[in-house]
Amino acid sequence: MGHDTAEWVMVGVVIAILLYVGVDSWVVQKEVEDVPADAETIKVTGQQWFWSFEHQDGTKEISTLHVKKGHAYNFEIYGKDVMHSFNIPDYVVFEDVVPGHVNHAWFAPDQAGEFPIQCREYCGLLHYNMRGSLVVEDTP
Amino acid sequence: MVLELKKSRPIWQIMFSTHHTDVGLLYTVTGLTFLFMAGVLAMLIRTHLFFPGQNFLISDSVTFNRIFTVHGLTMLFLFALPVANGIGNYLVPLMVRYKDMAYPKLNAIAFWMNPIGGVLLWLGFSDTSWVSYAPYSVIRAPGPAADMMIFGLKILGVSSILSSINFIVTILKCKHPDLPLRKVPLFAWSMLTVSLMTLVAMPSYAAALIMLLTDRLGVSGFFNPTAGGDPIAYLHLFWFTFHPEVYIFLLPAIGMMYELIPRFSRKPLYSQGSGVFAFVMLGMIGFASWGHHMYSTGMDFTTKVVFMIGTLAAVPASGMHVFNFLATMWGGRIKFAAPMLFAVGGIALFFSAGAGGVLNSAMPLDFISHGTYWVVGHMHLFLTGTIAFGFVGMVYYIFPFITGRMYNEKLAKIHFIMMLWGTVQVFFTQHLLGLEGMPRRIYDYPPEYTSWVQLNQIATVGAWILGGGFLAFLINLIYSSSKGKEANMDDPFDLGGKYYYPHTAKNPHHIGY
Repeated sequence: MGHDTAEWVMVGVVIAILLYVGVDSWVVQKEVEDVPADAETIKVTGQQWFWSFEHQDGTKEISTLHVKKGHAYNFEIYGKDVMHSFNIPDYVVFEDVVPGHVNHAWFAPDQAGEFPIQCREYCGLLHYNMRGSLVVEDTP
Repeated sequence: MVLELKKSRPIWQIMFSTHHTDVGLLYTVTGLTFLFMAGVLAMLIRTHLFFPGQNFLISDSVTFNRIFTVHGLTMLFLFALPVANGIGNYLVPLMVRYKDMAYPKLNAIAFWMNPIGGVLLWLGFSDTSWVSYAPYSVIRAPGPAADMMIFGLKILGVSSILSSINFIVTILKCKHPDLPLRKVPLFAWSMLTVSLMTLVAMPSYAAALIMLLTDRLGVSGFFNPTAGGDPIAYLHLFWFTFHPEVYIFLLPAIGMMYELIPRFSRKPLYSQGSGVFAFVMLGMIGFASWGHHMYSTGMDFTTKVVFMIGTLAAVPASGMHVFNFLATMWGGRIKFAAPMLFAVGGIALFFSAGAGGVLNSAMPLDFISHGTYWVVGHMHLFLTGTIAFGFVGMVYYIFPFITGRMYNEKLAKIHFIMMLWGTVQVFFTQHLLGLEGMPRRIYDYPPEYTSWVQLNQIATVGAWILGGGFLAFLINLIYSSSKGKEANMDDPFDLGGKYYYPHTAKNPHHIGY
């Protein structure tokens, strides 16, 4: 095998792997961004340094969010002061809080229990402690 | 034989000189000094994170935030750029067979902006994080610190534009007429590529800095939503500069490996053409991927896909470099002296960092890793694993050229083992921490998260090993530059050929190489 052939084979293999990665991400991301029609809306507001939530029925909560297992929820994410990132690591919910913009993320919890909510974009003094918790209730 | 440190000259003669080797020495020494200063900050950060929930070592979060901000700014702008420019100053004029840089006075001015910018960054000690995202940097970041950072970065930005112009003119206009551009050694090609990239990339951040400053003064509202601005605009301006900047930091290190690998493999380079092609490709593709830093800012699906493709497109060209290195080493009579060890270690870590980067660029996976310690581990694998390895290897290699003396090979090998071990232990562990969901830039974390505690402690021990390696480096540099064995200037590494750099380079009329 000539010198150049070996290099072209390498480039070809790399491009094939990348094509696989790219196409697969396209497919998965398309699925991830497809919000179910019956998803309940929850307004999330991030500000220095706590989270507040407003359910569709008007109930408001601070720091702790209660949801029901098996339902789909669509987060509308608002910011008040600086950028934050709304993150529930166990459910891969992750979207930036950008003041002046409304961002979206959705999830459908399939396990009851308590899960951490945290901020993943540096937002100053108490960024490390901008934590909340998600309580998934096992009610039918 | 006229050498920098051996024939002792008064320091002001070096400081006020405009000769490329003097400016190169100033750049290199300044860059390494800042490396050790910022390294101390890194040790503070890691040691603090060893004990969660106890305010250990660093007693408040503001100080912690300031420390990681200045650590990042210093490593990027005051270590990576100056050392690349320093080595570039030493070697580029030799490689294009010219007596000096094209504009020697501009060269010295560009250097002297670095200490000034550095002083502003360190006296300010801003807490904005190095990215200084608006609106935090506009409405919340305290007092003179953030403004001093803006001015400091402004000065450093102007400096890097000036030195880029100098490198471009030196390489394109001053090279020896008998030397075709395609035959210019690959390190000079890497400097040419990054200089052209700097000219295109830097103005966007320069504009963003001025807008940030006027926003802070309250006379404009570009990035301040309460004044009708948009923080996303800052992100675009910032990342349009700083994604290409990643390659601006990286390519000189790759270029240095192109100097080291063939020398110590005692074999000609596998392919000059593919190296040039890969540099130019990376130089262009580097501009097509800045949006992957912003997937989670509410970007729509199509935009994300476009930036994902732009990001993945950089991988084949990086792969060509790795292939070129491996093919050069293949069947060579390799001598594993310290410079070669660092080059090979750097290539291995470059490969792992790049593989991790493919995962980041895949959209769904990015939502797991973005903003976590995964990213910290990933970009440190590039910055420490590839860039610092390349730079350190090169510093060892031109040590005899600079000082006329040999460094201590045994100590250098200890440095290599500790640095490789430490890098792997800290930054691979940080990837795992990211998968466990630990956000970056946090002062403290709940001690009841046992997996976070364990992984952080493993990473901290790794950081101490890494720091110990750099201590060996520092001792070696200081000791060997005055007390080291005199180098055999014809073949200091005993490779059986001529030393690559002519020790007559101080002669203004040299046409060596």
